[in-house]
Amino acid sequence: MQGITRRGTVLGTLAAPMVVERVGAQSAFDWRRFRGERIEVSVQLSPRGNLLTQHNREFEELTGIRAGVEVVPEQQHRQKIIIEYASGRPSFDVGEVSLHVNKRQVGRARWNTDIRALIADQTLTAPDFDFNDFGQGMREYATQADGRMDTLPAFADYFILYYNKELLAARNVAVPTNFDEMFDSAKRIEDRGRQIYGHVGRGLKNANVVLWSSYLLGTTQRDMINAERQLITDTDDAIWATRQYQRFLRDASPPGSIGFNWNECQTTFMQGRAAMWIDGIGFAAPLEDPQRSRVAGKVGYAVVPRGPANHHCALFGAGYGIPEASRKKGPAWLYLQWALGKQMQTRMLAAGAGVPARLSPFTNEEVIGQSRFPREFFATLQASGRIARAGLPEILPVTEFRDVIGTALTNTIGGADPVAEMRAATAAFKPILERSERET
Amino acid sequence: MTSRRNYARRYVWFVVPAAFAVVATILFPWLFTIYVSAFDWRLGGAREWVGFANYTKLFTDERFGWAMLRTLIYTAMAVVFPLILGLAAALVFNQKFPLRGLARTVFILPMMATPVAVALVWTMMFHPQLGVLNWLLAQVGIPPSMWVYSPDTVIPTLVVVEVWHWTPLVMLLILGGLASLPGDPYEAAKIDGATPLQCFWHITLPLLAPYIVVALIIRTIDALKAFDTIYVITQGGPGSASETINIFLYLQAFAFYNVGYASAVVVVFFAIILALAALLMWTRQRVRV
Repeated sequence: MQGITRRGTVLGTLAAPMVVERVGAQSAFDWRRFRGERIEVSVQLSPRGNLLTQHNREFEELTGIRAGVEVVPEQQHRQKIIIEYASGRPSFDVGEVSLHVNKRQVGRARWNTDIRALIADQTLTAPDFDFNDFGQGMREYATQADGRMDTLPAFADYFILYYNKELLAARNVAVPTNFDEMFDSAKRIEDRGRQIYGHVGRGLKNANVVLWSSYLLGTTQRDMINAERQLITDTDDAIWATRQYQRFLRDASPPGSIGFNWNECQTTFMQGRAAMWIDGIGFAAPLEDPQRSRVAGKVGYAVVPRGPANHHCALFGAGYGIPEASRKKGPAWLYLQWALGKQMQTRMLAAGAGVPARLSPFTNEEVIGQSRFPREFFATLQASGRIARAGLPEILPVTEFRDVIGTALTNTIGGADPVAEMRAATAAFKPILERSERET
Repeated sequence: MTSRRNYARRYVWFVVPAAFAVVATILFPWLFTIYVSAFDWRLGGAREWVGFANYTKLFTDERFGWAMLRTLIYTAMAVVFPLILGLAAALVFNQKFPLRGLARTVFILPMMATPVAVALVWTMMFHPQLGVLNWLLAQVGIPPSMWVYSPDTVIPTLVVVEVWHWTPLVMLLILGGLASLPGDPYEAAKIDGATPLQCFWHITLPLLAPYIVVALIIRTIDALKAFDTIYVITQGGPGSASETINIFLYLQAFAFYNVGYASAVVVVFFAIILALAALLMWTRQRVRV
């Protein structure tokens, strides 16, 4: 056996600082632990994505990690990440996942890593991360049926009622609390000669399903699939919701609404041509921009009107996940902690870029007081949080669902019978759903 | 005989890089697409061998049938109108008049714009309440149109964009033909007392026929492939009113992730394009003769 040698002692002494540093790294969190590394981030083009790119340098200075942020328009982004995940070698280490579209697909294929292990690792998770600050609803929304949490919830998008205070006041109309009131108000405000309309909403197929679900959520049935995971889009409640959709879009909206997505609705509302608009809260920011909007300072915010049996607003949302195939899970996890930390989430709220998944920004009176949004906006946001319910079914072929049901809805704007359309659409989509349920 | 074989053996290696490129970029993707079309495969899910089932499903799929019909109608309009207008423009620009060069340059400008930019600009112009087109109609007392926001007018309106975009190309092709026409037949016709219309009908048009057929082939293939402008302006809507084969294919592949079914659509659509191209090439040969 060899004893202690002079060479061994010298080498040991030289290596000691490195060993101590390594031991320290294992026992304490360090933002700079992965300095010098580079990660790729892929998010959707939105006010949230813009915030990330604006403040990216802050993350790089904090961690010493270089982050390449790729921002891609929403629809193209959803397709891009799915194709990249399926390839087995995604180009990104952090990816945004639309929970209302891709949650089940990403979860079933186990494309993302389970972040619960990362949260539990004290050497990788900042002491002030405070997981409990994420709202219970959002935590559940980001959790798969098998309990895995493969995304960290980033933001919620509630559907709310935007209204033009000036147009409502001119006709002495109160903010509607149910859909009948809303329709009557829309008709009272309408002045087709001046191209002023009482309502504007999404008519474009696929995009329009989320407006239809805003009516359906007010019925007894509320959902689009039942507990046995069967399609229930041709029931009395679903037909009622379709009739609501038809009368608002056909009788109270601008001609041509059949081809309107959210951006055409937003433009029409911003030009002061429509009095009421139900859509996502994330679209608020441009409305209050006096450079772009003729209704800045005149926009009212309210919760979606009550249905005949229930009162809900449609909930959508997204989370950020780390691909299982990523070789940089540690740096990627630091990015998630920064991007969805308290400071960035507060910035999101202040900019009107969406509803943060964390609760603490809502208690930040300073931010709310300085915001360009009125208090009514924040009150609507919090009230919507209490009545929010998933606006789309949690199924694999959700895009196909939106396409089939959306086409039927569009046809009703053209005058087609809601009963016949919904029955045909339900019959067409049923086998697709049944097949996908068999596969899962 | 032996020396020829040696010659071939010596130079065969020069062909290898090109052959490899053809196999890698053309042949392999095609064979793979045909292979995938024999599976029921959704991205992220399991693959199941179904043989020709995707093809038989295609022929019973009403939506595919409508998409095919719309594609043919769109193609017919997007070929005929640019050909007529392009021919007329070429005849005009073949004449000598002041600022002809500037006028030609302005005329071909649309062709230089990227399709997506063109589509975005037209989308804004088509807006039923805020678009400039309805404002212009209102100035001359014509009631507003719904343009791409109505199932009845969406296809003709999309054709308008296509015509605006690609008529200059047809004009350039035919103008090239006009420049190469001989002067003798016209002089002979003039001596015989032919009117300008008779000259056009009996001399210009027959001599231009090969150029017109080339323009026809290019336009037909382009119109059949049209995707970007349609997708940006309508995404196939309202409803499915402007859903052409390419939009249908895109939805199947990249929105519904039905990779197997989408591959079958590709194969069938490619066969149709090939048949059409062959027919047009045959016509071209006939015209030459």
